[in-house]
Amino acid sequence: MRTQHGKSVYKGIAIGKISIYKNGQQVVKRRHVEDVEAEIKRFEEARDQAVEELGKLYEKALSEVGEANAAIFEVHQMMLEDLDYEESIVNIIRNQELNAEYAVASTGENFSEMFASMDDDYMKGRAADVKDVSERLVRVLSGVQEDKMNAEEPVIVVADDLAPSETIQLDKSKVLAFITRHGSVNSHTAILARMMNIPALIGVDYEQDWDGAMAVVDGFQGMVYVEPTREVLEEKRRIQEEEKEKERLLQNLKGEENITLDGRKINLYANIGNVSDLGAVLQNDAGGIGLFRSEFLYLERNTYPTEEEQFQVYKRVAETMGGKKVIIRTLDIGADKQVDYFNMEKEENPALGYRAIRICLDRVDIFKTQLRALYRASMFGNISIMFPMIISVDEVKKIKEIIKEVKDELKQAQVPFKEVELGIMIETPAAVMVSDLLAKEVDFFSVGTNDLTQYTLAIDRQNPLLDHLYQPDHPAIMRMLQMIAENGHKGGCWVGICGELAANLDLTEEFLRMGYDELSVSPTFILPLRQKVRESKAFVDA
Amino acid sequence: MKTFQYEIKDELGIHARPAGQLVKLLKQYASSVTIAKGDKKVDAIRLMAVMGLGVKQGDVVTIEVDGADEKYACEAVEKFFQENL
Repeated sequence: MRTQHGKSVYKGIAIGKISIYKNGQQVVKRRHVEDVEAEIKRFEEARDQAVEELGKLYEKALSEVGEANAAIFEVHQMMLEDLDYEESIVNIIRNQELNAEYAVASTGENFSEMFASMDDDYMKGRAADVKDVSERLVRVLSGVQEDKMNAEEPVIVVADDLAPSETIQLDKSKVLAFITRHGSVNSHTAILARMMNIPALIGVDYEQDWDGAMAVVDGFQGMVYVEPTREVLEEKRRIQEEEKEKERLLQNLKGEENITLDGRKINLYANIGNVSDLGAVLQNDAGGIGLFRSEFLYLERNTYPTEEEQFQVYKRVAETMGGKKVIIRTLDIGADKQVDYFNMEKEENPALGYRAIRICLDRVDIFKTQLRALYRASMFGNISIMFPMIISVDEVKKIKEIIKEVKDELKQAQVPFKEVELGIMIETPAAVMVSDLLAKEVDFFSVGTNDLTQYTLAIDRQNPLLDHLYQPDHPAIMRMLQMIAENGHKGGCWVGICGELAANLDLTEEFLRMGYDELSVSPTFILPLRQKVRESKAFVDA
Repeated sequence: MKTFQYEIKDELGIHARPAGQLVKLLKQYASSVTIAKGDKKVDAIRLMAVMGLGVKQGDVVTIEVDGADEKYACEAVEKFFQENL
């Protein structure tokens, strides 16, 4: 048995034969041509065929990995049709009287070097794309067939690296796992592995003689075992079976209702912090977005995000989710987060300081920009707005006045918008104690258990000395949760929980009994939680 | 000739996808369009050249539109930048 370590980009266990994928780099010969016009025509025909092939790949990718990941093939098409690229090829053929294969290969090399030498990681990565399209063109010109892997049975694909076009062309039913020597966590191979739900390792220093050998890929531990011993094989097979069983049970739950044994339904929504999490939301079959943290729009930049920028993001989220609910929380930034352009003073107690709605109600221009973007985006889906760190009815009234101004301004400018649900985070003990009054002002409550626990138990979560005292299901918290649900319902609100506690499967039944209408958790917790709900009873047996 | 300046908001700068979409858009107009960053100026319909400018977030680019339909083309291009970059 030989073992080799690698960086795991997706978990899981695969057992099977290794097939080393030979990248289709072809040796291009430099050849003199007599009839340059005919050679140029040959190039143009090959280019059109390559563009057509890419169109098919785009369609295939669209159904397998989604629009955002498929777009690369559209870009590839445009690269092939790029005027500079074409002119360079035609010039080489015409002026140097050389063959099209050579002209394409050397042009591809030049452009790829141009990108590789750019002072920008994103652009450096485009060098691989130019290479990829040029190789395709050379292949078409030399009349070589595609599909370099024709395994009979499913195999573990091992390669130096896989170009997007190569991964998408692989027959997915024949791939058990990916192992590459190069590549990154965000490479196309990694994305595809996640979509296909198969293990993938990168940075594996493999040997040529692995080809055809039996192997185990362990994506949990980032290990490859070539010609494994019987003990290893049995152990891994056992883990694989367990995982498959778990996964099968969860996948069966997609499209199922979140309903208890005794017939109570609950909404399970997802918490996300960036647009890039949307894929996970859809994959895990979330019923909506229960908490969209808008902070990422403000972080890691030098100026305030404009209304237009925010509008584009909110619109995209609303559109992606179709008619499903998208609850967007307004700015929740404080002195503990690095946002230099807010020019905030350093504070002794940032958790108790100038943050979130306190900033928004003080610097109304920032708040209004966000509200305008949100209301404009309301036309594109089912948006709700949620306000953090509320401690009084007065704050809610002020928020509503500002919203009224925003709406009046939009009306005057004849900008279309819809009415949206307004809700608040219940995350301070003060809000809990006046929740009966707050419920009359808004449409929904969402309990932020992390902050609520910190404020109620007087425990700084950052202090490791207090870890043993931090008890998220402390009776004080559970009583508060009960009170919030009751007061919310009395005042006509629906109530949810979006803190970490919502994902605690030991408490699911308790939350159902308290009457919670919604739980919002990380996308990957949706299906396990659905399973728990379906095994629970919401009503105590008489 | 019409011209405008624009500060790039997209975190990846003028990357492959919007550059490609821009090419598509420009094919609908007769006017020629150039993008300039500093003293480098390229034809906006040439994808690789535009990408080769290496325009990043925060960079200010100057766009020039010249031709019979420059009024409409310029409006369309400006809208495109605002919505996509």
